[in-house]
Amino acid sequence: MRQYLSKRIFSSILAITGLFVMVFFLARLTGDPGHLYLPIDAPLEVRKEFSEKHGFNDPIYIQFGKFLGDLTDGNLGYSLRKERPAIDIVLEAIPVTLSLAAVAMSIALIGAILIGSLAAYRPNGIFDRISRVVSLTAASAPDFWVAITAILIFSVSLGWLPTSGIGGVPYWIMPIGILVIRPLGLLVQVVRGSMITALSSDFVKTARAKGVKEKVVIFKHALRNGLLPVITVAGDQAAAIANGAVIVETIFGWPGIGKLMIDSIMQRDFAVVQASILITAIVILSINIIIDIAYAVLDPRIRHK
Amino acid sequence: MVTKVSDTKKLLLKVNNLSVSFDTTEGSFDAVKSVNFDLKKGETLAIIGESGSGKSVTASVIMGILACPPGRIKSGEVFLNDLDILKLSDTDRRKLMGSKIAIIFQDTLSHLNPVFSVGSQIAECFEVHKNLSKKESWKKAVELLERVRIPNPSRRAKDFPHQFSGGQRQRVMIAMALALEPDIIIADEPTTALDVTIQAKILELLGELRDERNMGLILITHDLAIAAEISDKVIVLNEGKIVEKGITRDVFINSNHAYTRQLMNSIPGKITKQKKKTSKKFSDPILEIKNISKFYDTIACDNVSFNLFPNEVLGIVGESGSGKTTISNLILRLASPSNGEILYHGQNILNFNRKDLFNFRRKVQVVFQDPYASLNPTMNIYDIISEPWVIHSDFLDKKLHKSTVSDLLISVGLHPNDAIKFPHQFSGGQRQRIAIARALALNPEIIICDEAVSALDVSIQAQIIKLLSNLRNKFSLSYIFIAHDLPVVKDLADRVVVMKSGKIIEQGMVDDVFNFPKEKYTKDLLKASPSIENLIS
Repeated sequence: MRQYLSKRIFSSILAITGLFVMVFFLARLTGDPGHLYLPIDAPLEVRKEFSEKHGFNDPIYIQFGKFLGDLTDGNLGYSLRKERPAIDIVLEAIPVTLSLAAVAMSIALIGAILIGSLAAYRPNGIFDRISRVVSLTAASAPDFWVAITAILIFSVSLGWLPTSGIGGVPYWIMPIGILVIRPLGLLVQVVRGSMITALSSDFVKTARAKGVKEKVVIFKHALRNGLLPVITVAGDQAAAIANGAVIVETIFGWPGIGKLMIDSIMQRDFAVVQASILITAIVILSINIIIDIAYAVLDPRIRHK
Repeated sequence: MVTKVSDTKKLLLKVNNLSVSFDTTEGSFDAVKSVNFDLKKGETLAIIGESGSGKSVTASVIMGILACPPGRIKSGEVFLNDLDILKLSDTDRRKLMGSKIAIIFQDTLSHLNPVFSVGSQIAECFEVHKNLSKKESWKKAVELLERVRIPNPSRRAKDFPHQFSGGQRQRVMIAMALALEPDIIIADEPTTALDVTIQAKILELLGELRDERNMGLILITHDLAIAAEISDKVIVLNEGKIVEKGITRDVFINSNHAYTRQLMNSIPGKITKQKKKTSKKFSDPILEIKNISKFYDTIACDNVSFNLFPNEVLGIVGESGSGKTTISNLILRLASPSNGEILYHGQNILNFNRKDLFNFRRKVQVVFQDPYASLNPTMNIYDIISEPWVIHSDFLDKKLHKSTVSDLLISVGLHPNDAIKFPHQFSGGQRQRIAIARALALNPEIIICDEAVSALDVSIQAQIIKLLSNLRNKFSLSYIFIAHDLPVVKDLADRVVVMKSGKIIEQGMVDDVFNFPKEKYTKDLLKASPSIENLIS
């Protein structure tokens, strides 16, 4: 297991390196930042000076070499727009997104396990039928539309919740609510499927033959086995949110990593783009490693491989 | 092991007029039809029947674990100590499960929860029924593991089911059933997947525990020999009906019903073979296995040598882990040996290039054990059987595919119209016929049968063996017939190789090895193999 993990970590580092090289070159294909940063009628000398100052005139391999040199010093470059170290800007944004993702995924996961397990207990029962329709709707709801409709209802008409911004609990309700909907719908379906399989397993028969209560049969014997596929999908969803809950962050004005990334791409703020991608990649690969560990914790057969 | 029946003993269980049906989309069918039987203290009742006979359904009803729907108890009563347990509420019923009646299942790998330690699974019985603390329950679990003779019980209790061997897992299962000292233990095919020597030990343990605690034991089995060795009385089920019941000895000696007699006749090991054509043995061997070894993490196969002659059936017997399947994989070149050579008509197949190997594979085909897993469920029978000709495209003109598939299906006892069906539409025995037809498609010289009849009911087993034997004469085939079941090998093979831990222990003509075994291991194997002869003689 330890060997497996160190292999995973090594391949993750390789993946990040590859990604980084690609981002560096692709970002520079989007065009000259000078076009965006300088007034449209800026004279040629000013443009030249701007490019000179930021090193955009050097051949691309020299730029890359410099970039690598800086990287070894832990320097991810300066933001053109904000004139601050790019890494500082990114490290301010990432906790916002991560806290959103953590809260949303916890709610989605717990909700899905409860609803999905109960639906699986009596497939095609009334609870199962209702939850199937609701979860399918949730999984396919377009979040920007739900978000705008929610603002219209809860903020504009009812005035219960603030429209946007960051602050106390009321500020969290709508963004979290919107983020939960889709993963919840998806996870309910995954939990239902894997719990139907788990509940029809032979070891569930053994548990019942021992006189174990149904509640324990479902939430101990079956669930522990049914969780594996759920964790894969949940990790995937968590990664998607961590990757930038772009729409939610934009609509509700949350200064998270998704919003930062979009803004810096639009502004050709290369250093910030690179820094945000690096940090997000690390987060996503960490989530994957956590999933692997969770697998091993849940299933001794994987642990002993 | 046979105990005396005494009528004065206390009645534990009485099943009256039990009928169970299953509601499926194709309509409802009756799985159990008006079944009556009873069980007294210290007594062993064997319920004998083939798959689909309703024996396991009956057990599920008694245990209260029948899935309803699709199952439905149409009528009947199940009295446990004068209490009709079918009328109890779920909560009252649950109090009896595990504490008054317990069950031991067949496939222990799937019936033990893979993610909990065996100790905690046994301890759960005490937590559920006796409200004991975790610590006390654990202590009792360790004691039970010791009772069923798991070595190092306090350390092993922390291990998970997959870390035990099949025989040990069955002991864990027995420990779990024993935990609350129930009055009745139902053993549902408790030894089916186990090696003969392990099987003998498990049966011995069950008998011992029954006598020690004066329990009633219901043994559900398809194996008449096991029933003969351990039970006091038997019922024979066929298609949900009891066709015969009585004291074991009486039923086996003068069976009244045609079905029981048919079952008796299907027991392998009784066929008297025609005089063997010994002349063949002096021709050149097709296959010479010379000193092959294969090392994985362990030694799977150690310096093994034997020959296979034209039109010969060579049996390879041995328990799990003896290296039988490794040899099959080496001959098929699915794995390469670490040492040694394999000569096919004098040529070393290990030196074959791609083209040689392609032609060699045409001549060597295989039939696997599990006909449910070895046929692709998404292909129809025509595609399955004709696929070898698609791969070996020069073998048969495409225009002839259809008629040849029909011919093959006929020769394995199926109908040409079966070609358009899919594997799930066939029974286990029929699927094995399909697998044999596929193996025949390329007109091979050698067919390797790797436990090809082990998963089948006795009567089906007898049919498949007869089929293999006919096909051998018709197509001049040679078989390498791998099995753990000795009587089956005795019926079919000319010569036999006995293996243990990767080594050949003994080889020779079947009659010699079976009647006059030289090695102790062979003797032990033969002794462990249950038979009804002891009962009758």
